[in-house]
Amino acid sequence: MKSFIRQFAKDKFAIISSMILLIMYLGIFLANFIAPYPKDYSNRKLSYAPPSNIYFITPDGKLSRPYTYNYIRKFDKNSLRTYFIQDRSQKYHLTIFPRGFEYKFLGIIKTDRHLFGVQNGGELFLLGCDINGRDNFSRLLYGGQVSLTIGFLALFISFPIGLIYGGIAGYLGGKIDMLMMRFAEAVMSIPSFYLLIILAAVLPSGMTSSQRFLLITVILALIGWAGFSRVVRGMVLSIKTQDFVRAARSIGASRARIILKHILPQTSSYVIIAITLSVPSYILAESGLSFLGLGIQQPDASWGNMLKEAQEFANIMYRPWLLTPGFLIFVAVLSFNLIGDTIRDILDPKSEIK
Amino acid sequence: MPIWNYILKRILQGIPIIIIVSFISFFLIRLSPVDPLAELRLNPSITKQTLEAEKIRLGLDKPIIIQYFIWGKNFIRGNMGTTVSGESVSLKIKERAFNTILLSLSVIFWTWIIGIPLGIIAALNYRSTFDRILTVMSSAGMAIPSFFFAILLLIFAQKTGWFPIGGLTCPNFSNFSTWHKILDIIHHLFLPTFVLTTISLAGLSRQMRSNLLDVLDSDYVKFAKAKGLSPYKVIVKHALRNAINPLVTLLGFEFAALLSGAALTEYVFQYPGLGRLILEAVMKSDINLVMASLVIGSFMLILGNIIADILLKLTDPRVRL
Repeated sequence: MKSFIRQFAKDKFAIISSMILLIMYLGIFLANFIAPYPKDYSNRKLSYAPPSNIYFITPDGKLSRPYTYNYIRKFDKNSLRTYFIQDRSQKYHLTIFPRGFEYKFLGIIKTDRHLFGVQNGGELFLLGCDINGRDNFSRLLYGGQVSLTIGFLALFISFPIGLIYGGIAGYLGGKIDMLMMRFAEAVMSIPSFYLLIILAAVLPSGMTSSQRFLLITVILALIGWAGFSRVVRGMVLSIKTQDFVRAARSIGASRARIILKHILPQTSSYVIIAITLSVPSYILAESGLSFLGLGIQQPDASWGNMLKEAQEFANIMYRPWLLTPGFLIFVAVLSFNLIGDTIRDILDPKSEIK
Repeated sequence: MPIWNYILKRILQGIPIIIIVSFISFFLIRLSPVDPLAELRLNPSITKQTLEAEKIRLGLDKPIIIQYFIWGKNFIRGNMGTTVSGESVSLKIKERAFNTILLSLSVIFWTWIIGIPLGIIAALNYRSTFDRILTVMSSAGMAIPSFFFAILLLIFAQKTGWFPIGGLTCPNFSNFSTWHKILDIIHHLFLPTFVLTTISLAGLSRQMRSNLLDVLDSDYVKFAKAKGLSPYKVIVKHALRNAINPLVTLLGFEFAALLSGAALTEYVFQYPGLGRLILEAVMKSDINLVMASLVIGSFMLILGNIIADILLKLTDPRVRL
C-alpha cells in the first residue's frame, strides 16, 4: 500500500487530477453552502442574463472592495432582441458568509450562512443565467451532485452483478457456463447506447425526481455488467485450477463460499482498474442521456440536461456561459482517465515497464 | 479450406446470439407500458384497415410468446411493419443503416490512417516529448463528450461557413453530376467523421504504441538488429507487421463503439443514420421501428465482430480459434 501511494505521488498528472476531482467533489458535497441561490430559485426577468462583472477599481480609479452592478433587461424594437445593461446607480459589494436561504449544513446543522454573496438587493451571477433566469453557477453545483455520483452508484450495482455472474459461470463451467456466456454476449451485442435510450424511454412519466434518478442509475448499471463479467469469468477459469481452490474444495467448502471467499478476491486488482476506468464512461452516458432529455429531467439539474440548452444556435453564439457544464464533464472525465491510467500502470505489473 | 470452415463456424455461433438479442429486445419493449398501436390510432392518415392489418400482423390478440414468433417470422421475411407515419420500416432501416455504415467506415479509415503512424512515432520516440504530448492529447480526446465536441464544431461551421450543417446531402443533390455527388457527401461527412475520429483515435494510437513497444522488446527483433539489418528494415519488415496484427481484433470493438457512440453525434449533426433513427423512433414511441433498428443494430455489430475475427485469421496464421 505504501509503495502504491509513493508511486502514485510520483505521477504529476495523477496528482493534479486527484486535486481537481477533490475540489469538484468538495464543491458538490458543500453545494448548499457554496451556492448563492437555492435549487428552486428562478427570476423570469433575468432570463439569459450574462455573468455579473465584478469590479475592484471604482470609476475614479481607486482600489475598492469587490462590487458588482445589477442587470436591467432592455428590448430593442428595431432588432427585436433583448439585451442587458448594468444599473450603474447602485453598487453592491460582495460579502463573505452572508445570510441567505436556509439549509442544513452537512445535512445536520440548520443554518443560513453561505460562502459568499452580495449585499441585500444585489444579484450575483458568476456564470450568468439560463432561460428561466436560474443562476448557472448554483445549478452547476447541484447538477454535479447528480452527474458525479450517478456513475459510482451504477458501479455499485453493475460490478457485483458482473463479479457474481462471471464467478458462477467460470467456476461451474460446462453447459451452465456456455448458456450464461451466450446470454452475456447477446447483451454485449446490443449497441449499448441504443439499449440505454430505449430503457430510459420506456420509464413511466409520472415519477418523482428521486425515483427517476434511481431508475436511471439502474439502467446505466444494466449496460456495463456483461463485458465485465466475461473478463471475470476468464480469470476465474484460470484461478479455479490453482491449489488453494482445490484445498478449499477438499475440506468441504461450499461452492458459494469458494467463489465468494477464495476466487473473487483474487480478481481484485483487475476490478480496481476496471472501476476507475469505467466511472468516466458512466458519467458520459448519463450526460448523453440527459442531453437528449431522457435522463434527469427539469427542473432538476444535471450537467447533461444543462447542456441541452446548447442545442440552440442562438445560445452557443451569444451565451457561451451555457457551455460550462460541457467543460466540467470534460475535466472530470479526463481526470478520472488519467488517474485510472496511473493506477493501472502501478497495479498491472506488465504495463509497469512501459 | 479451413478458412471456410472457420467462417461457417463463426456464423453459426452468431445465430443463437442474434436470437437471444431479438428475444431481449422484443420482451423489453412489449412488456413496457406502451401501447404498440397508440400512435397509429392517433394518426388520422392511417386507415382502419391498416390498423387492423397491423393488429393481425403483430398478433396482438394472441399470447405474448406467440406474438414473438409471429414477429420473428415476419422479421425474417423482411416484413417489419410500418412506422407511425405509415412508411415501410424495412426501407427506412436499409437507408439509415447504410448511412451509419458509411460513417463508421469513414471513421475507421481515418482512425487507422492517422492513429497507426502516431502510435509508431510515439513508440519509436518512447518517452520523448512527442510521446508525452501524444499521451496527454489522446487522454483529452477520449474525455470529450462527443455531443459537446459536435456542438463546438457546429459553432465553427456556422461561423466560417466552410462546412454544411446537418444532413448527408445538399437539398438539390439529385441534380448534381456523379462526381459532384461524391464530393457533396464527403463534404457532409467531414464534421461527424472528425468528431468520432478524434474520440476513437486515442485508443488505437495507444494500442499501436504499446504493441510496437512489446514487439521491439522481443528476441527476434533484437536478433534482426544484431544481425546488422538497417533499423528501417527491422521496423518495417519485422516489427510493424507483428504489432499491427492484434489491432485487427480491435476493429470489431471499434465498430461496436462506433455504432453506439455515433448516435449522439448523428443527433447533433442531424445525420440520417441508424442512431438518430432509433432516437426519433424512441421519442415518438414507434414500436416497430425501435424493435427493428435494435435488432438490425445488434446484427451489424455481430457481423462486424465476425468480419474482424476472419480478418485476424487471414492475417495471422498463428491464431487458433
